[in-house]
Amino acid sequence: MAYSKKVIDHYSNPRNVGSLDKSASTVGTGVVGAPECGDVMKLQIQVEGDRIVDAKFKTFGCGSAIASSSLATEWIKGKTLDEALAIQNTQIVEELSLPPVKIHCSVLAEDAIKAAVNDYKSKQAPKEQQP
Amino acid sequence: MKLPIYMDYQATTPCDPRVVEAMLPYFTESFGNAASRNHRYGWEAEEAVEKARGQIAELIGANPKEIVFTSGSTESINLALKGVAEMYAEKGKHIITCSAEHKAVLDVAKHLEQQGFEVTYLQPDKSGRVSVEAVAAALRPDTILVALMWANNEVGTLNPIREIGALCHEKGVLFFTDATQAAGKVPVDVEADHVDLLCLSGHKIYGPKGVGILYVRRRNPRVRLVAQMDGGGHERGMRSGTLNVPSIVGLGKACELARQELPSEAARTAALRDHLEKRIFAELDFVHLNGNREHRLPNNLNVSFAYVEGESLIMGISDVAVSSGSACTSASLEPSHVLRAMDVGEDLAHSSIRFGIGRFTTQEEVDFAASSVIGAVKRLRELSPLYEMALEGIDPKTVNWQAPH
Repeated sequence: MAYSKKVIDHYSNPRNVGSLDKSASTVGTGVVGAPECGDVMKLQIQVEGDRIVDAKFKTFGCGSAIASSSLATEWIKGKTLDEALAIQNTQIVEELSLPPVKIHCSVLAEDAIKAAVNDYKSKQAPKEQQP
Repeated sequence: MKLPIYMDYQATTPCDPRVVEAMLPYFTESFGNAASRNHRYGWEAEEAVEKARGQIAELIGANPKEIVFTSGSTESINLALKGVAEMYAEKGKHIITCSAEHKAVLDVAKHLEQQGFEVTYLQPDKSGRVSVEAVAAALRPDTILVALMWANNEVGTLNPIREIGALCHEKGVLFFTDATQAAGKVPVDVEADHVDLLCLSGHKIYGPKGVGILYVRRRNPRVRLVAQMDGGGHERGMRSGTLNVPSIVGLGKACELARQELPSEAARTAALRDHLEKRIFAELDFVHLNGNREHRLPNNLNVSFAYVEGESLIMGISDVAVSSGSACTSASLEPSHVLRAMDVGEDLAHSSIRFGIGRFTTQEEVDFAASSVIGAVKRLRELSPLYEMALEGIDPKTVNWQAPH
């Protein structure tokens, strides 16, 4: 399969690889996919106020899955939670010129962002309920 | 060293220059139709075809009259399975094969099921091997054919052909074996191994593409087939069509070379394969051998690198040409049906790479490939959330994954 230059770039030099402390209250973690499907993405965000100040990922998957998650971390860094939630998989498809068989990689990246933001929000929720 | 290094010898092989040299005169000077009985051009072509028939027969211990030329193994399989089924349908309608066979066999079996035949798909063991006991247990009074491959094209596992052949002959059931990967790599003898029908293909043994044979036993028992191609009645009525003389000459030469060089080449490729395997297993953790350590082709190595996805690994070793059982590398988006049949686990099927060693592979190339793949696996594991879990002592298999994609 021929890959676009941007996919090869993200695959060869993935941005923001690593892990944040998943037990920290300021960190949201999203893990999506499944090993038997051939792709698992873990995307983590560090939040201050309502802004994402850092993002890290680790991905088990094809080159397009690695590139989609790498690009996602690049895009959400510095964004507010709402701005991050507004990212659509189609934007990832366009940016990386993903072929139709690889669209699910971009869907997974969008799901990972949402899962990470929701995880962060659920960590905050109990605190707000406390008197 | 020429890059990328070719290590996909189970997919195809380059023509040996000695094969090309033997073929060349038959494109231009000796271009006759082997069926022309009235002039020198035809006689020359026929003579060349008969010489090739002899060279091929010798490789598999057959009589030259038992060799039917085809366009390759897929056609041979179609002719053997459909031809036998149609000819012997009155005797019975049951066929035995295995779920780890090549798609050429499985798809023909499916076709025959639609025609009213009943097919038993044996499950191989975890190493991809079918036992003679499993075949014996599946045999029925109405079984007309057992179709099992000699060597698996993905994992290189060898089936116990001689035992299965003996059983079939004892029970009066015809035995077809796909020897596409085995011919020229391991000794094949249709007499000693009790084989009734066998196919092989030119391009897997350093011959040209688009040519192969079907061996059809003539005595004890005499196998009869319904032709699948109607026409001029070539090849004793079993396969009509003007013979592809240059390719047949090439296939003959390829078989002659394969027979002469088999002992030395099997030892040489096995040594290179073992070296590759040793390096991978010494320098990486969480590595699984797919196949059978004892009963396997000398030139095949199929390995799953846990927690690394196959397509991304292939992307990381772009200077080494290999194949993967990963879903992402196949047109169907399904992981290898062979690894699934062997029940190695979907996760490991996604992580598998097949290395094929061949006549032109050097020690230098093997070391280059080993270093590339080891480096790429290490790099990709740093990116892998599953490897991280494994190092933390969590088996990703025990996690309840949420996305049933």
